[in-house]
Amino acid sequence: MSSPTRPPNSPLQAAGLGVRYDRRSVIDDLDLAVPPGSFTVIIGPNACGKSTLLRALAGLLPAASGTVLLDGRDIASYPAKDTARRLGLLPQSAVSPEGITVAELVARGRYAHQRLLRQWSVADEAAVTDALRLTDVADLATRRVDELSGGQRQRVWIAMVLAQQTPLILLDEPTTYLDIAHQIEVLNLLHDLNGQGRTVVAVLHDLNHAARYASNIIAMQDGRIVAEGPPATTITAELVAEVFGLANVVISDPLTGTPLVVPADTRRPHPVAAGN
Amino acid sequence: MPAARTGRRAARGAWFGAALAALITAVALSVIVGANPLHPGAVLDTVFGGGSAESRFVVWEQRIPRTAAGLAVGAALGVAGALMQAFTRNPLADPGLLGVNAGAAFVVAVGITFFGVTSPLGYVWLACAGALLLTVAVYAIGSAGGRAAGPVRLTVTGVAIGAVFAGLTTGLTLTHPDAFDRMRGWSAGSLLERGVDVVLPVLPLVLVGLALALWAAPGLNSIALGADVARSQGVSVRRIQLVTLAAVTLLAGSATAVAGPLVFVGLVVPHVVRWTLGTDQRRIVLGSMVLGAVLVLAADVLGRIAVLPSEMPVGVVTAFVGAPVLIILVRRRSATAL
Repeated sequence: MSSPTRPPNSPLQAAGLGVRYDRRSVIDDLDLAVPPGSFTVIIGPNACGKSTLLRALAGLLPAASGTVLLDGRDIASYPAKDTARRLGLLPQSAVSPEGITVAELVARGRYAHQRLLRQWSVADEAAVTDALRLTDVADLATRRVDELSGGQRQRVWIAMVLAQQTPLILLDEPTTYLDIAHQIEVLNLLHDLNGQGRTVVAVLHDLNHAARYASNIIAMQDGRIVAEGPPATTITAELVAEVFGLANVVISDPLTGTPLVVPADTRRPHPVAAGN
Repeated sequence: MPAARTGRRAARGAWFGAALAALITAVALSVIVGANPLHPGAVLDTVFGGGSAESRFVVWEQRIPRTAAGLAVGAALGVAGALMQAFTRNPLADPGLLGVNAGAAFVVAVGITFFGVTSPLGYVWLACAGALLLTVAVYAIGSAGGRAAGPVRLTVTGVAIGAVFAGLTTGLTLTHPDAFDRMRGWSAGSLLERGVDVVLPVLPLVLVGLALALWAAPGLNSIALGADVARSQGVSVRRIQLVTLAAVTLLAGSATAVAGPLVFVGLVVPHVVRWTLGTDQRRIVLGSMVLGAVLVLAADVLGRIAVLPSEMPVGVVTAFVGAPVLIILVRRRSATAL
């Protein structure tokens, strides 16, 4: 681990965390502290345990050993609604019921703030209006979610998590299945939300997006953290070669100066071209 | 847009206004209309304390309890269907899928065949016991092997065990001709001769079931977005699913106990409600409660006058009304899916 010192006041930490699926250990003895106010991005190859870590950090998977600490306390010790008022998650598995409108979907993010006999309050209304405005989907409020484009739909899902009004937001691959313009749009939105004081933790596949947007990188391999810290020091050619098994060079992004991973040209020459 | 949202709220208000008006009309008709040709004025007089001895008997001993039974059965079946469709995320699910009806029918058949039970009140207790027995069995088998019993496992188990018990019931009635005769009356689904003694014992069960349904509705809204979303929104998914299951058992069990197995109500009513009111389970539960009662009462009134001087059982009428509605709904599937 490259960063032995732990930032103080971390809102979300893992201490000696182990997670199992059926009897298979996916994560073992993992230590982690999300810096407060950071835009933390988890990277790593497929099946390295990124999504598992995110779900465990959100309290959706029980710790087989160790603990996840939310605001310094074992996440398992919070009542479900308490956790949901501190931490919001957008999983990959979210499905929208057919025919639901944008406003209705976003309103469902208010569950943790509602009581049986007080189903809708002024605060609920304000939170939903805010969330729709921040994600720029207020104009779509009465539209059906299944009629929207992929990018709009993803902003609506993020609005639902925002309506939960948590200082901490976790997202599992929020840009997957979006075209490049919509990916940038969603990442800019996350950047803005982070700028407003929310701590954002996201699993991303695109290393160059991670390098440009993250303030803190967590690189995983086989259920372990192999590098942690700012992109400039973590995303190196050596790390990418080691973690992804990809020959590459890392250059400086001409626009932002952040690391830019360029895969080495490993194509085998065509037989005809090989003739001379 | 606030204007559009206000408009939608007004439309929902109008929906519930119309549904309540339909309910009041159905209740009134159910008290006024019957085989016994009482003048509506005489009925009204009797309701407010007057009337002859005969009209008092007809109104207070027959029609009002029967109307109460219709209200309870219709509301219970409508809500049980709505819960079942939300629980299984299958728009064609009905309360019978968990096997509740089959369990109730089997125990009633055993009571009739071996213990000579003949009264509607006797059927009530037998059916309640059967519904409970079957739910416990489905849950025990569905969660065997130490794994959590999810909606799919429970439903498949319910269908399988339900089929076994339906087969046992058929075998029992085919080998006992007089039991077959009585079962035939019960299993058509009827509100005839459902007096206060039949309705009162199940009323608390229905009320508890309705309360549990309303309590679970906000959680079901979140579960509809996926289990991970629901849990991250603070929903105790297991608890909501157990409460939903308990509510379905109470509602479907007591409705079957009072009226026999009524088909189509639990299937069609939540459809119509979703189709007109949208995806919010809180509104679906409330709407299904009102519309279920309207459908059962209207079908019962229709059955009293359709084939005078005899009666057509309410179960037959709901099937006649429900089948065309179901065909229309399936043809416009996109508007009614979950």
